Amino acid sequence: MRKSLLALAAGLLLAGSVSAASAADKLKVGFVYLGPIGDLGWTYQHDLGRQALVKELGDKIETTYLENVPEGPDSERAIEQLVRAGNKLIFTTSFGYMDPTLKVAKKYPNVHFEHATGYKRNPNMSTYSAKWYQGRYIQGLIAAKMSKSGVLGYIGSFPIPEVVSGINATILAAQTINPNIKVKIIWANTWFDPGKEADAAKALIDQGADVIMQHTDSPAAMQIASERGKLAFGQDSEMIQFGPKAQLTSIINNWGPYYIERVKAELAGTWKSEDTWGGLDSRMFTMAPYTNMPDDVKKMAEDAQAAITAGKLHPFKCPIVGQDGKPVECKGGAHLDDGQILGMNFYVKGIDDKLPGK
Amino acid sequence: MELVEAIILAVLAASTPLLIAATGELVAERSGVLNLGVEGMMIVGAACGFAGAWLTGSIFIGALFGIVAGTLMSLVFALMALGLAVNQVATGLALTILGVGLSGLIGAGFVGERITPAVQLVIPGLTNVPLIGRVLFGENGFVYFSIALIVAVWWFLYRTRAGLILRACGDNHASAHALGYPVLRIRTLAVMFGGACAGLAGAYLPLAYTPFFIPGMTAGRGWIALALVVFSSWRPGRLVVGAYLFGAVTILQLHAQGWGVGIPSQFMSALPYLATVIVLVLLSRARTGGSTAPAALGTVFVPDR
Repeated sequence: MRKSLLALAAGLLLAGSVSAASAADKLKVGFVYLGPIGDLGWTYQHDLGRQALVKELGDKIETTYLENVPEGPDSERAIEQLVRAGNKLIFTTSFGYMDPTLKVAKKYPNVHFEHATGYKRNPNMSTYSAKWYQGRYIQGLIAAKMSKSGVLGYIGSFPIPEVVSGINATILAAQTINPNIKVKIIWANTWFDPGKEADAAKALIDQGADVIMQHTDSPAAMQIASERGKLAFGQDSEMIQFGPKAQLTSIINNWGPYYIERVKAELAGTWKSEDTWGGLDSRMFTMAPYTNMPDDVKKMAEDAQAAITAGKLHPFKCPIVGQDGKPVECKGGAHLDDGQILGMNFYVKGIDDKLPGK
Repeated sequence: MELVEAIILAVLAASTPLLIAATGELVAERSGVLNLGVEGMMIVGAACGFAGAWLTGSIFIGALFGIVAGTLMSLVFALMALGLAVNQVATGLALTILGVGLSGLIGAGFVGERITPAVQLVIPGLTNVPLIGRVLFGENGFVYFSIALIVAVWWFLYRTRAGLILRACGDNHASAHALGYPVLRIRTLAVMFGGACAGLAGAYLPLAYTPFFIPGMTAGRGWIALALVVFSSWRPGRLVVGAYLFGAVTILQLHAQGWGVGIPSQFMSALPYLATVIVLVLLSRARTGGSTAPAALGTVFVPDR
C-alpha cells in the first residue's frame, strides 16, 4: 500500500506549474522545462533563451512555459496540454521528452515541435543540440595544466553518449599536456540532487582529485571545491558566484539566438524540420571568462577556443585509441564523424574505469 | 586514515537530515497520524531557513525559521486531516505538492545567493585527534542536535506517562478517548512536532549541507525519511541505525565508484534502497507474527461528543 501511495505521490507531482497570458492573433510558442526555472543550470538557461525571444519578438508572439515536467511518458500530457492551449511552435527541452514529443507531433501534424538533444525527427519535429564536447576539450587542457596531483574528478549524470563524449574529450585534451593524467569518474545517476552532487565532489576530493568537473546541474560541486580550496568547472551556467576562487571556466548554454531564428522562420512560414548541432562557431554555447589560472594557461585556452571555433582543431581528431587498445574507425576523414560522437558509447585509452553497462 | 575520517564525516552529514525528519514523522505516526507531506514540509523549511539566515546573517535564526515554517505547514495538515477528518493520505500528498510550489515562490528571490554555512565545533586538543577528533568534536550543531533529539524522543516514548498516552492514541484511539484523553489534541501536537522536525531537516540542507537555495533541493529526502520510519518498525533505536546505514551506503557507493570497483554505477546507486529492503525483510522474518505498525495508523478519528 505504502509503495503504491508513493508512486501516486510522484504522479501527482508531475502536474507542474503553468504560466500564460492571453492575446488574440499572436503566434503562441510553448516551452516544456525539466527543472524549475530557478535551477541556475539547464532549465534556467533555456528560460533565458525564452526571455531573449520575448525581448526580440514580444510584439508578435506570446510564450508559455511548463516547468518541473519529469521525463518519460507523463510528459506527453504536458506537451499535449500546450497544443490544446493553441501553441503552434513547442520547444521540449530535455532528452527524455523525445518519444512523447514524437508521439504528440504525429497526432498534431499542423503544430511544429523542437526537441532538444534528441535524435528522432518528423516532418513537423526538429531537433537541436550543442557540441559541448568542444568546451570539454578546452576544460581538459586547462585541467591538466592546473592539476598538481594529476588526478581529475568527474561527476557524471547518466552514461549516455553526450556525457561519455564529454569525458573522452576532456581526457584526450588532458593527455596532450600530461600523458599520465588520471580521471576518477563518479556517476550520480541523477541530473539534479545538490546533496548527492556535493557528496560525490567530496568523495572525489578525498580520493585525491584536485580539479572537479561535472555533468550534473546544480552548483553544489563548485561550492564544495571552493570550500576545500580546490578548482572546478561550472556546468550549463555561470557559477562563479559559488566559487569565486575555484571556477576556472564554465560551459554556458546560449539558446536565445536559436529560439529567435526558429520563431522568425515560423512567423515567415519558412519553418521546416531540421537537425541543428551548434558548436562554438554558432555560439550555441559560450565559455565563461577564464579565471583563477596563470596567464599562459589562459592564453592556451583562448587559443584552443579560437582554433576550435575556426574549425582548425577537432577534439576527436584521429587516431583515437579505445580502452581496449584498438584504434577507433575514423569515419569522418581526419576526425570522428558526427554520428560516432552522437552515439559514443566507449571510453578512450587512459581511462581506467569501466563504462557502466559495457 | 584521513580517508576513513572523511568518509565518516560525509556519512554523518548525509544522514543527519534523514534522521531529523524521520524522528518527527516517527512521533506523528506513533500517535496514529500518517503524514505523507514530509517532503513538502522539508522543502518549505529549506526555503524559509535559507531566507531567515540570509536576512539575519544567523544560522540559528535560519534554523528557527525552518522550524516555524515546518510547523505552520503541519498545522495546515492538522486542520484538514484531524480537524475536518479528511483522508490523511490525500492530505499529506496535497501538502507535498503545496510545499514544492510554495518553496519555489518563497525562495525565488534567494536563488543564486550565498551564505556562510553553519560553523563546526572546535575544541582545542580534542578536535585535532586523528580519526575520531573531527567526527566526535568537529561537527556542526545540527548533527549533535539530531542525536540529542532521537534520545529525547526515545526517553519520551518509553519512559514518560505522556509518551505512553501518545502511543495509546496511536494504537487504539477509541480506548484512549474512552479513558478521557484528548486524542485529537495529542495528535495535533504530535503532527506539529513532526512538522517542526521536517522544517529543521529541510533548513539543514541550505544552512549546513550545500549553503545555497535551489528549488527542489530536498530531492526526495522527505520520502526516504518516511520509508525509514517503516524500516525502523516505529522504534527510535532502529531509526538511528537505518538513517546511518542509508547514509553510509550512499557515500560508500560514491567512493567505490571513484576507486573503480567495476560494479555498474546504476546498481551502486540502487544499493541504499536495496539495503533498506533487505533489512526490512530480515526484520519482519525475525518477528513473531503481527505488524509493529501503530494499530490506528492513518485512520480517521471523530470523537462522539
